[in-house]
This record gives sequence, structure tokens and C-alpha cells, in this order.
Amino acid sequence: MSLGIYKGIVKPITSGLGITYRRLKHKKVTVSYPEEMREQFPRTRWRHFLTRYESGLERCIGCSLCAGACPARCINVVAAENTDEARYSPGERYAVRYEINMIRCIFCGYCQDACPTGAIVLRKNFELADYHREDFIYTKDRLLEEYPGQSDEPYTSNRKEWAEARADEKRR
Amino acid sequence: MIQWLQQLMEGFAKWPPIVQAVIRALLLVLPILTLVPGIIWYERRLLSWMQDRIGPNRVGNFRLPAHWKILPPGLRGRKFKLFGLLQPIADGVKLFFKEDVTPASVDRVIYFLAPALALFPAFALGATIPFGPYTLLTPVADVNIGVLYMLAISSLGVYGVVLGGYAGNNKYSLMGGLRSSAQLISYELSMGMSLAAIVLATGSLRMTDMVAMQEQPLWGMGGYGQIFQNWFILTPYGFISGIIFLVCMVAETNRAPFDLPEAENELIAGYHTEYSSMKFAVYFMGEYAAMFIFSAVFATVFLGGWNIVPINWGFLADNSPVLNGLFGFMKSMTIYLSPIWMVGKIIAGLTFYIWLRATLPRLRYDQLMSIGWRSMLPLATLNFMAVATWIFISARYGSAAGIGMWVVAGVVVFTLWRLLKSIDKGADLEVRTVKMVGGKPAPVVEVDPERVAEAVN
Repeated sequence: MSLGIYKGIVKPITSGLGITYRRLKHKKVTVSYPEEMREQFPRTRWRHFLTRYESGLERCIGCSLCAGACPARCINVVAAENTDEARYSPGERYAVRYEINMIRCIFCGYCQDACPTGAIVLRKNFELADYHREDFIYTKDRLLEEYPGQSDEPYTSNRKEWAEARADEKRR
Repeated sequence: MIQWLQQLMEGFAKWPPIVQAVIRALLLVLPILTLVPGIIWYERRLLSWMQDRIGPNRVGNFRLPAHWKILPPGLRGRKFKLFGLLQPIADGVKLFFKEDVTPASVDRVIYFLAPALALFPAFALGATIPFGPYTLLTPVADVNIGVLYMLAISSLGVYGVVLGGYAGNNKYSLMGGLRSSAQLISYELSMGMSLAAIVLATGSLRMTDMVAMQEQPLWGMGGYGQIFQNWFILTPYGFISGIIFLVCMVAETNRAPFDLPEAENELIAGYHTEYSSMKFAVYFMGEYAAMFIFSAVFATVFLGGWNIVPINWGFLADNSPVLNGLFGFMKSMTIYLSPIWMVGKIIAGLTFYIWLRATLPRLRYDQLMSIGWRSMLPLATLNFMAVATWIFISARYGSAAGIGMWVVAGVVVFTLWRLLKSIDKGADLEVRTVKMVGGKPAPVVEVDPERVAEAVN
């Protein structure tokens, strides 16, 4: 039993109680999830998207480099020739089928790195849960959906250009 | 309204005593049963607020259908928030529908009996606590051994825990049960001693007498000193008793920091490891009901029972030059709304429980025993002896001598404490200072005097 009653018993307990009391006024760290979401980091890799040029043409040229780079082998690309009647991308070929199996995907972002035109990108939408296994195979029409903030992103495959564009944007 | 209530009470007084007793018991038990989920919700919310979390706030938010024609137009489609108040009910429903696993090698009879034995004392404890001045309604039994009964029933609580630990046929449960029994036995002594001092000061074991005693003028003062009530927490002996009782109360209900019987990191879940479904829920409910009742006991014995603040409104109303009407109103409010004030004090007690749980880490077993036997019990005994001496002196030589005795006792205790502290100085923690070199603590260099001598030579 300590004889320093104030210093040894009363003060530690009361100061401890004071700490917990002051916690009441602190900002709570919990995020009430469905209503509000925690801001993701700028380069978070979640849902895949296929981007377009400003003219509306798809960036994807069906080269299958993403499928080749994919360590999980979850990307399937089937390419076809562009014709003057049906032109989808500026190059010679375009992707007829572009499928990503999101159950197999490990979100490594290698496809994003491998893409020569910057067509496939991984963005912040993390709500990927679904009810049926078939729904996890993201087809081309789902990947071509516009994502929030897409128009603000001057994305190019060249990293240098990309950095410059971002810097430009910031300056503006 | 008041007249009608009086008539109702007169009618009630003519009913058979057994019916009256049953009604009184229901008036005690049903509110506690309904309040227990509220207490659980309150604990979870307050605890999470103290830990920078939000806590359960979802269950119970509902929206009235927009197409219901019965509702007034303003209410149709309105959203209501209950701030998660129904969370404990959802938990209760979950516990009801869980599988009730009975392990193969348990002692069946005791295994089924133990949760009931844990719940029963928690409710029975409240039988002598007055929630207001209406003797017809509130103490279930206003017996002349109120405090003694409370102590006896609270020690019955150990059976539920120790038998539950034994019946589970699990080493860890058994250890939890044994720890609990050791803890309860150690702290019951100091609890009894601290209450004994109050009993001596009151001269009665009856709870209603204790409340009546606390309505007397503070420290027996005359004149305008009669404004204040003699709540025991405001008297020197009552203050010491109150702190001892507070500590023992936390220990008796197995709450943090005295929750060794259910130390998760050592004993899985302690004595209720082998219990699931409703049997576990009964243990859980027993714990919270015990918290409620012990807070009520503390409020009754030390915090002036059902009085709102330690001020004699009646004296003020009779003697005050101004504001007589207000004081009269406060007096009648204190009497008519007494259960509310009582419940307010109980909620304050529960808040203290939760606050302690959020603050203090669990004690070690030897610390627990050391505090119980070496600090609490001697302190309570000394306090008891001091109260006895004070009563003897003031009966023999008048109340002035009694007050003088308190002064002398205070001086003696203070000098003794200073003396012991000066002897005990060596036991204080060594103070170490660390030199900082470039923002980092400098490495400690052990200097060997012999080597220094060698180097010099």
C-alpha cells in the first residue's frame, strides 16, 4: 500500500478518468459507412474501367497486352478489325469482347501498367459485392461505364505526359 | 389529482397484504427488467464514445409508411431515430434463437440451476430499497434488518458464479469461479465494515431510517445550518465509508477493473465459458441488474436516497424571507417525483461503473487481494472504530466533544501519515533522468570505478 495517497492513488485515477472524459468531445473516427464513405487514396486500385478518347472512340485497341500481363489470368480480350462503317477505336483493331473476372482479379494493376493507350484503368469504386457469380465477370459494356471524375482525368499511357497533365491541372 | 391518488392509496391499503406485497415486488422487478436493455445500450454507447467510436446507432430507426391512412398527415412517411436503442433487443432475439449447447460432461442439475442462482440475488437485493416516501409502494419489505439482508443476499450471488464455473466441467471456468468467490469473500468484509459505520451512525439497519437520518441537518448543525441535509457522503466517516463501498460495489458485481473472473485473455470468458444462448443471457442480465441495484444501494445509503439535492426545502420554505413559493414547490417535487430522482442517482452510479471500465486496466490477482485485505479492510475497520468512539463521546460528553474528537482524530491521522511517509521514503520509485544527444537518449555508460582508477594510473 502506497502511503503517497494523493500522488500514488488519487491522482492517477482521477487523471485517468479525466482522459476518458475528454475523449467524449473528440471527433469520432467511425465512418457511418453506407451514408458516408472514407476518402480513398488517390492511386487506390479497385474497379476497372475502359476509357474513351474525347471524340468518343475507345482507347482499347485489342492488343491483349493486359491479358498477357495479368498474373491471375482473369482478362479475356477478343480483337477484331475496324472498318470504315463500324469504327470503334482509332487504330486498326478494337476489342470485340473485353471481359474481366473480378473473382480472380487480384487488383495488382499490371494491366493498367501494360496498356499502351491507357485504356484500362483501376479506380476508387470499391463496392464490388454482388449476388451471382456470373455478375462478377465484367463485360465490355459494364467496363465502358463512365466513372465519377473521368472527364477531369487527362489520362495518357506515357507516364511523363500524365505527370505533366496533372501538373497543368493543378496550375489551373 | 393528488386527492385521487390519495384515495387510490387508501383503497390499496385495504387489499390483502399478500396482494400488496406481490404488487410491490412487481413494481420493483418489472422496471428493472425493462431497464436492463437500456443499461446495456447506455454502456455500449458511452463506452464507445469514450473510445472515439460511435457505438450501436442503427437498430430502431424506422419510417412510418406513407400510404397509411390511419396516421395523421404529418406523421405519414416520417422518419424516426431511436439511436440504436433497440440493439439489446435485437441481441436478445439473437440469443433466444441461438443453439443452446449443453456440453456432454457437465453436472446437469447445477449447470441448469447456476444462471438462475446468479439472477435471483440481483433482483432480491432490491427488496429493501425505498424509491420514495410512499411506504405502501416502494420498499418491497421495509424490514428492520434492511442492510443486513442486503449483505446476506449479495453474498448469495457468489453461488451463481462459482457453481456456473464448477458445472461447466472446464478448468478455465472453474478458475474463473474460484477467483470470483475469493474476490467476493475478500471485499464483502470491507463492504460490511463500511456499512457498519453507517449503521452505527444511523442507529438502525432499516433503509428508510437511513434516508430519514440523511434528511436531518448537516453535521447536526443548528440555525441556518439546517438548510443542508446530512447526506453521509458529506460527513467525514461517511465519505470514507462511501469510497470503500464504491470500490467494494465494483468488486462485488465483477465489473472492470475487478473483472478477474471473466478475464478474457487468461480465462476465455471465465465462469460462463460453457454457457450459450439464454443461459448466457441470464448471466448477462444478472450482472446488469446487480449493477443497477448496487447503485441504488449506494444512492440510498450515501447519497440521501430519493432526495434530489442535499437541501432541506421544507426548512427553507418555512424560514426564507424570499422565494417561499419556489422552495415549497421544490419540496413537493422532491416528494412527488422521488422515484425519478432516485433513478437519476442510479444512472449516475451506472455512469461511474462505465467510466471506470473505460479508464482503468484490470488488476492483477495479488493487487486485488492486497487492496482488499491490506487497504480496504483496515481503513474500513478504523473508520468503524472512529465512528463508535465518536458516538460514545458525544453521548457521554456532548456533541461539541464529538466534533472535537473528529478534529483530534484528523490531526492524529495526518501526523501518523506524514511520519510513516517519511520512514517509507526509500520505497518511492527511483527517478531516472535521460540525457538527450541529438534528439535521441544518450547511451547509458556504466562506469566501473576500479577501471577508472586503473586508467588514471
